[in-house]
Amino acid sequence: MSADADSTRPALLLAEFETPDQIVSAAERVRKAGYEKWDVHTPYPVHGMDAAMGLPDSRLGWIVLASALLGLLAAVGMMQWMNGYDYPLVIGGKPPEAYASMVPVMFELTVLLGAFGATFGMLALNRIPRHHHPVFHSERFEACSNDKFFLSIEADDKQFDPQATRAFLERLEPSHLELIEEAA
Amino acid sequence: MTADHPISEIGEAPLLPAHITPARVSEQVTSVTERPARLGWWLYFGSSLLLFGVLGASVSYLFWEGIGVWGNNSPVAWAWDITNFVWWIGIGHAGTLISAILFLFRQRWRTSINRFAEAMTLFAVICALLFPLIHVGRPWHIYYTLPIPNQMGVWPNFKSPLLWDVFAVGTYFTVSLLFWYVGLLPDLATARDRARSLFRKRVYGFAALGWRGSHRHWRHYERAYLILAALSTPLVLSVHSVVSFDFATSVIPGWHTTIFPPYFVAGAVFSGFAMVMTLMLIARQVFDLEELITLQHLELMNKILLVTGSMVGFAYATEFFVAMSSDNPYERYAFINRATGPYWWAYCIMVTCNVLSPQLFWFRRLRTSVPVMFAVSILVNVGMWFERFVIIVTSLHRDYLPSAWGYFRPTLVDIGCFVGSLGLFFTLFALFLRWVPQVAMFEVKAILPGAQPGHRPQHPDEPRPAPSAVPQPGRQHPEHGDLPAEAVLEPKEA
Repeated sequence: MSADADSTRPALLLAEFETPDQIVSAAERVRKAGYEKWDVHTPYPVHGMDAAMGLPDSRLGWIVLASALLGLLAAVGMMQWMNGYDYPLVIGGKPPEAYASMVPVMFELTVLLGAFGATFGMLALNRIPRHHHPVFHSERFEACSNDKFFLSIEADDKQFDPQATRAFLERLEPSHLELIEEAA
Repeated sequence: MTADHPISEIGEAPLLPAHITPARVSEQVTSVTERPARLGWWLYFGSSLLLFGVLGASVSYLFWEGIGVWGNNSPVAWAWDITNFVWWIGIGHAGTLISAILFLFRQRWRTSINRFAEAMTLFAVICALLFPLIHVGRPWHIYYTLPIPNQMGVWPNFKSPLLWDVFAVGTYFTVSLLFWYVGLLPDLATARDRARSLFRKRVYGFAALGWRGSHRHWRHYERAYLILAALSTPLVLSVHSVVSFDFATSVIPGWHTTIFPPYFVAGAVFSGFAMVMTLMLIARQVFDLEELITLQHLELMNKILLVTGSMVGFAYATEFFVAMSSDNPYERYAFINRATGPYWWAYCIMVTCNVLSPQLFWFRRLRTSVPVMFAVSILVNVGMWFERFVIIVTSLHRDYLPSAWGYFRPTLVDIGCFVGSLGLFFTLFALFLRWVPQVAMFEVKAILPGAQPGHRPQHPDEPRPAPSAVPQPGRQHPEHGDLPAEAVLEPKEA
């Protein structure tokens, strides 16, 4: 997207690649060059990319563990308070607060809150929904959800230099390279 | 979402032919939502809508008159309503099995069919939820089952299996919806990026939540998908177990058996696979998806039908054997009456459809014949409906004293509610086929030959050609399985 030079500033450099092998080796080179604010965009998860980008393991599991345990506690607390304390019901001669028959609901609420944790935790870690991002300014980026592989280095990165970074990316032999600008 | 290679030594071939490229997958799947619907879709949608109208009419009449217009009587207080509930829930289970359990077992062939199956789960659970709601007779009081404060100051009884059902089915629906939507995100982004009209861009764009294929996102995304699969697996097993508790915790001969939870789960998977089969064969025909849903996929599904059908047959035999050796005259009578009493015909249909018809799949010719598998899938759907009917109605219709014996006959409203629920299901399914990417595109792309990087280190200055540009005619033939795995799978160096 081109606009007046004084109202825009560079947002990121976007390099396009054709094959998964190219994008993985390009990602390795970018990581070794010491860039920090950069990303890879692929139509499907590419194996070996975590290592190539030097990404740590996802923390999502801990979020799910916490929310699942919360579900379990909520279920126990709810049933104990309702059937055992607030309005004790004697059913089939069992003690009102008997645990055994409460197991199915405990299980279901554990799973339910765990699933909420997995879904909404994933969205939160990824900072989506986010409908505006500089990569969407590229007309070629539409192919990312089809069959092309992209690598972006953000202008906010400490090492970013319009000329040097561009030259660096050109050495990776992308099939296309463009500067994306955003409103200043 | 895994790239495990097919094992050529045992004759496994790549799942999809070599000429399928990622772009072709996007085109084939998304274009269904882009071009005007075919006549076949309109016929399917129109007739479904008509049946849905039958549901509206039947349920309106039922609410107006009360459930006395059903054939339910004393002693048969549970009849078609609960039969339909259990049947629909069971159908839903195959969707979760395909999306979650086969995912955990790394069965890559699931990628072509999991979206279908998950959608089927959602719609089947919606149909299932309808029946307890209308069965209570006063549906405006259904909130009594929820733990919310009410004017009576009393809380729900958490020792009741019917209440467990509320939580199990409610959780099942919610988790299935989340799982389905999470799986859809990248494909909605594809639909957004291909959209030409502003309206489509806005709608699919809104639904895609701004997905941009970032690998920093894929990392959390894949973990979320794995965890949802891991949560859904015990969930799906628990749901039909809890449904079976509705029966097993009672003291009715024929219901009070410990075999019920596994027996119900096996039956659920069996009936669900049959329903996936029915729907898929129709959609494959109407939308020309033969390239993505190949005969190999269908054959694998038929093998699962054979296995689960045999498990169900084994459960029937076990149940009968245990009743006969129980030394309990009521239990024995319930089973002898089931097979030889006034409902002998229902028992015969059940055994013929569920146990005998899948045995045809021992033969490769039959299991790869589309007309045969379509017929068997319909038979299994019918048979599993009768299984629920046999369990529920034959156990109830002869109470302990002959003075309390009865016979259940469905009324027109019973039939209208059941047939109408099929209409609801097929209407939702028709809308799904038309507007939502019906095959998980990103998962299929990830398992295409050459979709994942080779393991050899490669100099970045020597880019490889796109894998799809290298034609390898021998790749799709299992006869060429004697080539080393690398040669079959990896794109050749240029």
